[in-house]
Amino acid sequence: MNNQVNAETELQDQELIQKFLKDTTLFLGPDPEIMRDHSIMPRTEKEEECMGKYTDLNQISSIRDRLQSACEEGFEMVEQMGAAPGAKWGDIITGIYSASGDLTIGSAGGVLIFSALVHHPIKFIIKNWIEEKTVGVREGDGFIHNDSRYGNVHNTDQSMILPVFHEGKLICWVASTVHEGENGAIEPGGMPSMAETSFDEGLKMSPFKVVENYEIKKDILTFLQNSVREPKLQYEDMKVKLFACMRLEKRIKEVFETDGPDALTACLRYTNESVVTEVRRRISEWPDMTVRTHVIMDSTLRENALIKMNLTLKKKGDRLIFDFAGTSPEITNRAINTQLPGMKGMVGQAFMNHIWPDLPRGQAGLSPVEFETVPGTIVDCSYAAPNSQSLMSIFQSFTVAQHATAKMLYSCPEKYTRVLAPWHNMINTFIWGGVNQHGETLGNLCADLNGMGGGARMDRDGEHALSPIFATMADIGEQEMNEEEVPFLQLVSKKMTMNTQAPGKYRGGMGYTQIAATKDSDQWGFMTTCVGSKTPSIQGLFGGYAAGTIPLCKISDVDVYDVLLKEPERFKHSIPELMNEEPFENACYSTHHLGLGFDISKRGELYMISQGSGGGYGDPLERDPSLVIMDIEESLISADWAKKLYKVVFDDETLAVDEEATKQLRADYREQRKKQGVPYAEFVKAHVKDTPPENIPFYGSWNGENDSVYCGSVNDKRDAQSPGPIYMTHPKDVRISELEAELEAVRKQAGIPSQDTRK
Amino acid sequence: MKVLMTEYLRIDLDTENWECRVCEHVVGSARGNYKEGLLAYKRDPADIHPSIIDPDKYKFTFCPDKDWVSIYEFYCPSCGTQMEVEYTFPGHEPLFDMEVDVDALKEQWSHREEILEPVTGPNVLVDRTHGHNH
Ligand SMILES: [Zn+2]
Repeated sequence: MNNQVNAETELQDQELIQKFLKDTTLFLGPDPEIMRDHSIMPRTEKEEECMGKYTDLNQISSIRDRLQSACEEGFEMVEQMGAAPGAKWGDIITGIYSASGDLTIGSAGGVLIFSALVHHPIKFIIKNWIEEKTVGVREGDGFIHNDSRYGNVHNTDQSMILPVFHEGKLICWVASTVHEGENGAIEPGGMPSMAETSFDEGLKMSPFKVVENYEIKKDILTFLQNSVREPKLQYEDMKVKLFACMRLEKRIKEVFETDGPDALTACLRYTNESVVTEVRRRISEWPDMTVRTHVIMDSTLRENALIKMNLTLKKKGDRLIFDFAGTSPEITNRAINTQLPGMKGMVGQAFMNHIWPDLPRGQAGLSPVEFETVPGTIVDCSYAAPNSQSLMSIFQSFTVAQHATAKMLYSCPEKYTRVLAPWHNMINTFIWGGVNQHGETLGNLCADLNGMGGGARMDRDGEHALSPIFATMADIGEQEMNEEEVPFLQLVSKKMTMNTQAPGKYRGGMGYTQIAATKDSDQWGFMTTCVGSKTPSIQGLFGGYAAGTIPLCKISDVDVYDVLLKEPERFKHSIPELMNEEPFENACYSTHHLGLGFDISKRGELYMISQGSGGGYGDPLERDPSLVIMDIEESLISADWAKKLYKVVFDDETLAVDEEATKQLRADYREQRKKQGVPYAEFVKAHVKDTPPENIPFYGSWNGENDSVYCGSVNDKRDAQSPGPIYMTHPKDVRISELEAELEAVRKQAGIPSQDTRK
Repeated sequence: MKVLMTEYLRIDLDTENWECRVCEHVVGSARGNYKEGLLAYKRDPADIHPSIIDPDKYKFTFCPDKDWVSIYEFYCPSCGTQMEVEYTFPGHEPLFDMEVDVDALKEQWSHREEILEPVTGPNVLVDRTHGHNH
């Protein structure tokens, strides 16, 4: 009796303490309990009850199909009406979430990574705003969100979230997300590479209410508009997302009428649980093994450095564990870090795009997969570290996931897609901003980023400029339409960049050249945000190579529009011709890595980049000679380079292949390999070093010793479990020190004393 | 029974060895790192990725910087097939990329038929009889 009373008192005390803590919380920051959990919520009593009541799988399936088409309808609405370039080209998603906030059904097109992220802000709303008397969640309310620390890829994506009620009871949620672009950060376009703290990243919206009675609150809207460079776009797209959500709500209410809200609840829960079961079954079919891989990030977008993305993928029974031990610590004042959910979402995207595209686009697909990361690393950064260029690291996490899973999938008797080499993984495009020819302030990007070269597959070449790794269906847009709104032309576009393919038995899909020049504005500039100008950013597969590197080439001190008017024959249509022949007198020709900070351009100056190629698959000596010839005919590869890479003998005039001579050349080359190759142990002795390169800043573990990580120098080796912050020096300060040292040396040599030697 | 593990490697479950699928060469124990049974070569990136723009004039040329990245190639010592390529940090050890639980593999395939040709997965067939009439 006494024990029971004590227990009850203890419980009451605990509740009191909880309430006290809740009432006196001074700041509702990102909640680790929500943010570190990507799995679906436990089955609720209500869900249990509904699932008991509705057991007819035909009915469940019919409701699911209706909800799926509602999501497609919402997607279509946003794509057709959205003002952001991202919306027009499919960088969006619409979805239906359970009462507990789990995404169950998402639109099939668009950016699937959102599907693994937007449940976090919904769970934040559920946990904090439903009971909060100053906020509350009522029918007709809408919540906005963009802060990646509360569940997002980066702050350029904005979501609209609506609760759906039936007779006063919350049944589910709907949401729509768009890559909006502008968000008022220190650089235009929403993805500043110059951000050194999270406060440089512009608008930071934790989930809050902006819609009441299905209407956007004008006071808050005005504040948001004042916070970004594109106020009209901010309003238009909030409206578009709201109306897409309202359409979803309408479709859901139609289901309430035909089947009842409990049937819908049963459908959502049943769908998520059955996907989890199916994913576990599929994982069980893979061989039990450990696969290790890594990729190189060669830049922070501000300076070049060697940054390691390391993955140990472990599969045992029905468990699949992504262990990122050995990956670089966060760079605390560079924008390339990612919040943990972003990285997980990107790995989820690898599954939805390339492994199990047949499964519903929901959160359940990733739910049983496990992740091991260390807080304070580049894939799991602190809340203080900027992450506006998280794409740089999450794309690399996509690539290691894709590369490692391919090695597990090959032996599986049942496959849902081809085994393939890694996709190109960088957004080789121009981000732009300024005042356009109509006097409007803009900040956004070219949809050419959606044309990444596809990885070669186990039985065929990769597709050219096909789709980005973050969406299976996205458009590259119409340049002529863009030009109505932006003051620059792409003078060369959609022309494949010759000799950039990733070779293999099957080659990677290639990318095209983009040459842009501002024409009708004095206030316009570009930036580019990619790694991969010094080292390839992907791997090949099973003997295939990765693609090469891609620079940014610039020609300044020229007005190419003048040249085109007066001497059009001087203009050339490829980067090598323009850079090697230097056709414009007195112009300045230069190359740079692809981390160009926002750069004000003058009329007629050329900015030149290329999309990248997906990885190659298999030994290039096994490539069908007729495929090699086809690539020559399509100007994808030059004849001399094709001979060198693929060892094919053909007539230079007719391109007719000499089969016998080719066979012999290839056999000879295999013999040559056997001569040049050395036994493994000998190779290791000759080439493997105990420490990273001394003269290049390196970040991450070395030689698989994942207990410690290097932080920029061989002398700075730290505990991998708590690496602590890393601050890099401003590249301009680095350059100033270099120049000062040079100046001092020259002074010494010339005997000129320094002007002021005081300390 | 043999299990096809990669484009060029299989595991013989009876002998517990990695084997070359091109020439039948026994590479080494399936419980170990297959790379230890192969020949290795450090490839100059410029052999594979040409400088599209003049490297004498420009710093960044489409060709990877060999001081920043190394390419390791692995060949079958018997037939010279290139089984694996690794892009890595200069001086980094090659990765033990596929560590297989051979006992689990044996148990898994004890319930399966042997597969002699790799399974590719479903074909996506374009139905040109209906639909779009652009
Ligand atoms: Zn062989």
